[in-house]
Amino acid sequence: MKSFSEGFKIGIPIGLGYFAVAFSLGIIAANAGLTPFQGFLTSALVNASAGENAAFIAIRENVPYLQMALISVVSNIRYVLMSFALSQKIDPRAKMIHRFLLGFYLTDEYFALAIQQEPYCDPFYSYGAITFAAPCWALGTALGIVMGNILPHRIVSALSVALFGMFLAIFIPPVKTSKPIAILVALSFLSSFLLSRFTSLSESTITIILTVAISSFGALVFPTRERSRDD
Amino acid sequence: MTRNIYVYIAVMALSVFAIRVLPLTLVRQPIKNRFIRDFLYYVPYVTLSVMTFPAIIDATDSPIAGAIALLLGSYAAYKEAGLFKVTVVCCLTVLILEVFL
Repeated sequence: MKSFSEGFKIGIPIGLGYFAVAFSLGIIAANAGLTPFQGFLTSALVNASAGENAAFIAIRENVPYLQMALISVVSNIRYVLMSFALSQKIDPRAKMIHRFLLGFYLTDEYFALAIQQEPYCDPFYSYGAITFAAPCWALGTALGIVMGNILPHRIVSALSVALFGMFLAIFIPPVKTSKPIAILVALSFLSSFLLSRFTSLSESTITIILTVAISSFGALVFPTRERSRDD
Repeated sequence: MTRNIYVYIAVMALSVFAIRVLPLTLVRQPIKNRFIRDFLYYVPYVTLSVMTFPAIIDATDSPIAGAIALLLGSYAAYKEAGLFKVTVVCCLTVLILEVFL
């Protein structure tokens, strides 16, 4: 059980970061009308910052259920890629339950932990990290919903940008090394701004349309050279 | 019509579970199609960018505070400050600026 306790230790800083971001997500969930229990349930079942943000906005906008399915797929589609990559990192002899659990808890951070092990990842190392960090995520969301109404307005306003800080930490660093990504990020900012200001499209619809359009544009105009499968 | 939040949560949870688990359990070969691979490669950066702007300037009381948090947060991320520090930079920027704005 050494690997479980090592994973648990790695899970502590991950969990603290999750807690702060989940709190900010809770403020968005409260605006969409979710109760603390509903926020807790969502975060316990979904474990996805961008995906939950998109979904809470969709709930606030009272979109049809089919559109909720669509926004969930689009805002989380990066996990398809990670899931493919991770599938190569699980010992083919490992029990199926490990594939289900590691898939259920597939986030950017847990993915990074699993993918760096050779030749196969140890599921129990991941379970250790998840044991600490996943409750932080779910409780942080519930607390954000409760406290969002109690804390001084100024603090809530400041905390509401935590989620965007997490997004920036993910998509800005590759801008340095990849010109296509830099161009696509700039294009995304510009078109997202224009659509939100000059059309009546909802935020979740804008996210779907632009993700599909700009990523397709990128794939056509900036085809990547062969690269390792896990980047 | 008003829709049920628990149904929303169920739809979301099932969709996300399918996305994460199906490739891991059913498909165990590399993706061959070049366009799909490149499309999937660019998706995370595009989705996160679209969701960040202009939402960050609408999230704060003062749009200017949100815009400056975006600039300073981007700078910190560019310098590889890491998830936690970038988040703190953004929050502190808004907290301090909104005292004056």
